Amino acid sequence: MKKILTGNQAIARGAYEAGVHFASAYPGTPSTEILETMSQYKEVVSEWAPNEKVALEAVIGASIAGGRSLAAMKHVGVNVAADPLFTFSYTGVNGGSVLISADEPGMHSSQNEQDNRNYAKFAKIPMLEPSNSQESKDMVKDAFELSEQYDSIVMVRMTTRVCHSKGLVSFNERKEIPFVDYEKQFDKYVSVPSIGRKLRYKVEERTNKLKEYTEKTKWNYTVEFESNIGVIASGVSFEYAREALGETVDYLKLGFTNPLPKDMINTFCQRHDKVYIIEENDPYIEEFAQLHGNEVIGKDLFPFTGEMTPDVIKRCVLSENVEGVDVNHELVVGRPPTFCSGCPHRGFFYELGKKRKEIVVGGDIGCYSLAVGEPYGMMDWLICMGAAYSTGHGAQTIFDLNPDEDRRLVSVMGDSTFFHTGINSLLNTVYNGGKTINVILDNRITGMTGQQDNPGSGYKLQGQETVIGDIEAIVKALGVKHVRKVDPNDLKATKEVINWALELDETSVIITNWPCVLKKNYKDEDLKTYENMWQTTDKVIEDKCVGCRACLRSGCPSLIFDAEKKKVRIDPNTCVGCDVCLQICPYDAIVKEEQQ
Amino acid sequence: MTTSIKIVGVGGQGTILATTLLSTAIVEAGMDVKMSEIHGMSQRGGSVSSEIRYGEKVFSPVIMKGNANILMAFELMEAARNIDYLKKDGVLIVNNHKINSMVTLNGKVPYPEGIIEDLKSKVETYVIDATAEAIKLGNSKVMNVIMLGALVKAMSLDEFDFEKVIKENVKEKYIDINIKAFNVGLNLI
Repeated sequence: MKKILTGNQAIARGAYEAGVHFASAYPGTPSTEILETMSQYKEVVSEWAPNEKVALEAVIGASIAGGRSLAAMKHVGVNVAADPLFTFSYTGVNGGSVLISADEPGMHSSQNEQDNRNYAKFAKIPMLEPSNSQESKDMVKDAFELSEQYDSIVMVRMTTRVCHSKGLVSFNERKEIPFVDYEKQFDKYVSVPSIGRKLRYKVEERTNKLKEYTEKTKWNYTVEFESNIGVIASGVSFEYAREALGETVDYLKLGFTNPLPKDMINTFCQRHDKVYIIEENDPYIEEFAQLHGNEVIGKDLFPFTGEMTPDVIKRCVLSENVEGVDVNHELVVGRPPTFCSGCPHRGFFYELGKKRKEIVVGGDIGCYSLAVGEPYGMMDWLICMGAAYSTGHGAQTIFDLNPDEDRRLVSVMGDSTFFHTGINSLLNTVYNGGKTINVILDNRITGMTGQQDNPGSGYKLQGQETVIGDIEAIVKALGVKHVRKVDPNDLKATKEVINWALELDETSVIITNWPCVLKKNYKDEDLKTYENMWQTTDKVIEDKCVGCRACLRSGCPSLIFDAEKKKVRIDPNTCVGCDVCLQICPYDAIVKEEQQ
Repeated sequence: MTTSIKIVGVGGQGTILATTLLSTAIVEAGMDVKMSEIHGMSQRGGSVSSEIRYGEKVFSPVIMKGNANILMAFELMEAARNIDYLKKDGVLIVNNHKINSMVTLNGKVPYPEGIIEDLKSKVETYVIDATAEAIKLGNSKVMNVIMLGALVKAMSLDEFDFEKVIKENVKEKYIDINIKAFNVGLNLI
């Protein structure tokens, strides 16, 4: 049977067929759908973890106990998980263990473009790089075998286009794998220095064996068209090269890329007059080829950033520019992403915006990152998950030392980011006596990646009900004395709570609490708390609207300014009745629909 | 010979469902197919696109500029923005519907006028009132399936069994309205 699957769905299918017992992840584009798909296989225990380090650690424990296990994360998630990864490389596995890293050449939904192939080399673990959905499935299955055979976690390096493009995949049955017996092995799993030093030798022996394997594996192969020009490529770049250059060149397709096959690359380079290396992100293969004395053409010709799509390859290799129909740029204006109609972040950032001269906003990663855009401009920096409070604390410390500076730091992050690594950051601030204002934008779900449950939502990945992490209680337990909770759709209350925090000279926390408009699963008690949520619409009384446009400063996409009539109207198909614009209007021209 | 179809719109308009239905139908017809879409940030009211390529053997999942045989746009300005993906002899199918962006909403920059005229002067263009027809059916969201119907008619893809594909890929309570929507689309070209 063949089905059309994304690379992410194919990874889940492959792991399922390989008999995986346990999988864990923190959601992150472009990796999220791996665990979402996995969760549908009832034979596998699939979990969301609060962050990637925790996910990988749970997977390590599952492996040591004898199960097959898989962790999935986006490229920057591996930074978070790097600490356990590097030592797990030393201890090796009991049950097979696989790490999926989903990289983002071109940064479609990420803050940087790091090339995680370097992690495989850095951590000294084997790596596979699929080019399409079928390979994603086949390689992850093989990764479990390799993991057990070579006693190492195996990394499968995906990229956005492999994760999110769909192709045909053939299905097989799941093979049930018995648990490997668990035995105490201090000299394998307890990485104190004396044991770590021994394990270091074991890692080197493993690498040497893998150097033999990489020369003969089926994942590294040539495609010959009797050309004197050669192309070496891995991942989706191979598909792009095949598309752009067709049968005019020979290919060395590399699917197993740590360690790289030295002899194979040398032979291929010697047999061709000219060799192009086509790879996204870093010159990973290129530098290896050059190190071994080969003359190759790589990043001097191809762009150092972005995707190596067929048009890029054609432009670089063939000096060919494909012209389409001309765009009339006068007919196009930007369409940046924005808060949804009814987004609970809108009311908070509208009120916070009134303080923009007195404050600096430490930002974080989530839907609220969109507050950097029009009409808010309410984010001074964004570094990584959980960094808002800690960067804010450092900045406030310097501002306080600087006699010319009296601005206050307001640091913002969402509930899922708070659970991810924000708790540590807040602990640092309160422990060190910082006076920043720390906001938890609690929309009851992990929003940006598509409404995944988290430790505050009351549900687990596979749908089971669970405890609801009490954010207010956590904050208080850390030692924060000044904590207030507010409904961000209530502008008067939101304004009051911001003013309250600005008056304080100690660490404070504001928890805004209203669900994401896209959240699907609610417990009964939630439905009581958020009464009549999204059940109404708002409407402009045309005679009362004077066209002052004050409501437009809310940045709501349901508000439409009619330039001819000089009046605002509300799109009834998208308005969900959050009432933020209704409270802003100075002329009482906006009312609830049923009041008409 | 590989056929390339690019579908563009605004986050929330249902480009992904339209792409899924189309690609599933192509698979059932026994062809090789790849499709590509970008998730994440852009879903929040930003520009979105997805791409389908099918034929005997498909390598790249993405469409190069100047290489799409068909551009199907769920929104007027998105058609204008992405028209450079279309081959000069390609076909544009566009929903006659405007969605303001954050930039035009506040009235500082007007929503551009004259898009349809500009596009018609450049390429073979079908303008479809899909949003209006969807509202007539009682659910503005089925605009995407009306557009799919129009695409199928324009491309003469009648050999694919879309009724079956809709039944297998749409939630039960929305099957009827989507089949109706598909048939409305078929009759709009």
